[in-house]
Amino acid sequence: MRLGKKLWLIIFLKLFILFAVVKLLFFPNFLDEKFKTEKEKSAYIMDSLTTSK
Amino acid sequence: MEHVSELVDWSRAQFALTALYHWIFVPLTLGLSFIIAIMETVYVKTNDEWWKKTTQFWMTLFAINFALGLATGIIMEFEFGTNWSNYSWIVGDIFGAPLAIEGIMAFFLESTFFAIMFFGWNKVSKKTHLLSTWLVAIGSNLSALWILIANGWMQHPVGMVFNPESARNEMVDFWAVVLNPNAYSKFLHTISSGYVLASLFVIAVSSWYLLRGREIKFAKRSIIVAASFGMITSLYMLASGDESAHQVALKQPMKLAAMEGIYRGEERQGLVAAGILNPAKTIGDDKLDTFLVKVEIPYVLSVLGYHSLDAFVPGVNDIVYGNEKHNVMSVSQKMVIGKEAVTALGQYKIAQKANDEIAKQEALKRFEASEKYLGYGYLKDPKEAVPDMPLVFYSFHTMVGLGSFFIFIFFMILYNSMTGDILKQKWLLLLGVLSLPLGYVAQEAGWIVAEAGRQPWAIQDMLPVSMATSNIAAGNVMITFWMFAFIFTALLIAEVSIMTKQIKIGPEGH
Ligand code: HEM
Repeated sequence: MRLGKKLWLIIFLKLFILFAVVKLLFFPNFLDEKFKTEKEKSAYIMDSLTTSK
Repeated sequence: MEHVSELVDWSRAQFALTALYHWIFVPLTLGLSFIIAIMETVYVKTNDEWWKKTTQFWMTLFAINFALGLATGIIMEFEFGTNWSNYSWIVGDIFGAPLAIEGIMAFFLESTFFAIMFFGWNKVSKKTHLLSTWLVAIGSNLSALWILIANGWMQHPVGMVFNPESARNEMVDFWAVVLNPNAYSKFLHTISSGYVLASLFVIAVSSWYLLRGREIKFAKRSIIVAASFGMITSLYMLASGDESAHQVALKQPMKLAAMEGIYRGEERQGLVAAGILNPAKTIGDDKLDTFLVKVEIPYVLSVLGYHSLDAFVPGVNDIVYGNEKHNVMSVSQKMVIGKEAVTALGQYKIAQKANDEIAKQEALKRFEASEKYLGYGYLKDPKEAVPDMPLVFYSFHTMVGLGSFFIFIFFMILYNSMTGDILKQKWLLLLGVLSLPLGYVAQEAGWIVAEAGRQPWAIQDMLPVSMATSNIAAGNVMITFWMFAFIFTALLIAEVSIMTKQIKIGPEGH
């Protein structure tokens, strides 16, 4: 079935672009990148909530 | 400051782009799955092979939409982690619990039964197949429920408490979150408007065949199923839309004021059915008229919004500057309390670092007394609490106006299909085709009302968007904005071209 094949191709191509390219290269988790522990993340958020921008 | 506002603008633009594009695919999935299930039920009941063919044709179009829309929503989760990390951390459990349930349910229900629905025609019994089709419909609708519970929480946060120790919201009452009335009205309105869109889709494709004199029997039968389904579900859509407006009136009065273009509120407030806002009108000015022209139905907004003829509906000016007579607190007063909350958080932080338990408890007490207006502590000017009035007003009126138009279309198509020959009503068939893009316009307008209408809040009264973003360069967000604009546009072009090709082939060539 030609349509079926085309749709599967679109699905896999899209998943590849989204997860292997977009997520990996452009969308790192900001807090995970900067901090190792939950405690550090909490402290950072508390700082940003209590210092005026 | 410049950097912050540019960053917030690009982050919002990117989120809006993703959400609006994602939403092009979702409502058709929500609704078409039920129309297919109804058609297949007729097939199983009548044993008429012709209905099987009809079901399979609509199922093919459903598959195209599903394949192209699949995983477009995940991008919003990427954005949460990268662009909105403060927000993602602060919302805490809310995305964890409901979204985990959503993921599991959607995965099991949709993928398992989806496979049977598509590939199991000759492999399982008719009844098992039918059951799978119904479960796909129910599963996809249920997965919308959990997303809307999370969205409902942002509009009206309940069942969670902000813990300064972890700087997150923690769930204290799961059922309060799940049974949030905001979430329910949203869920019902979203799914019923999805049913309406899918009905418009089936009507548009069938009308196109009828206008071309093709697939007459197929199109006539499909159009009756769709118009009946559309007629019934649009009444649910109307009722749930009314309940949504009631919830907005109770919990987000500023959004209601923007939806209806009200600057100075009144008791026995009328409903502006249509109007053109006066562009010269500004917040705080009581002299200029709000509308250049308007059609108003007296008293109706008080009744719809608050279920009472005498109810006072506050306007933007009442909310920003306060209205003592009607007990409306001004934004400036809320800002003072909000700043108290921010100061208390600062004291908590210092006490935490010093390991001073007593000072921590004192700061916590101060915080709890003022946290209701925490978000206002971050506003610089009371006018920041006002959303974009024209955007919200026109989007709301577009949605409601189109909703009434769709009910008219469903009624006319049903009436003409039952009593005469719909083939002769070329104008109606033409309207049937044209109403499909309008269905999408109404869908997108609905989300603009819901989301732009609650600005500046990422979490109502708790966290303004300016505090919700990550500390990243605006330029990066701008680049990914254009990247998504490109990817989504390509997906949309693929959707439309594959869909139209398949429609042109028709059910016979299927
Ligand atoms: C016919 C009268 C209608 C009324 C009274 C109505 C009312 C509303 C209200 C008050 C909201 C905002 C809810 C919130 O901010 O929490 C809303 C949102 C929405 N509407 Fe409508 N609506 C109508 C028709 C439609 C139509 C025709 C469509 C699409 C076909 C539609 C789709 C949506 C969507 C997708 C949302 C966003 C999700 C949500 O907040 O529920 N609505 N509507």
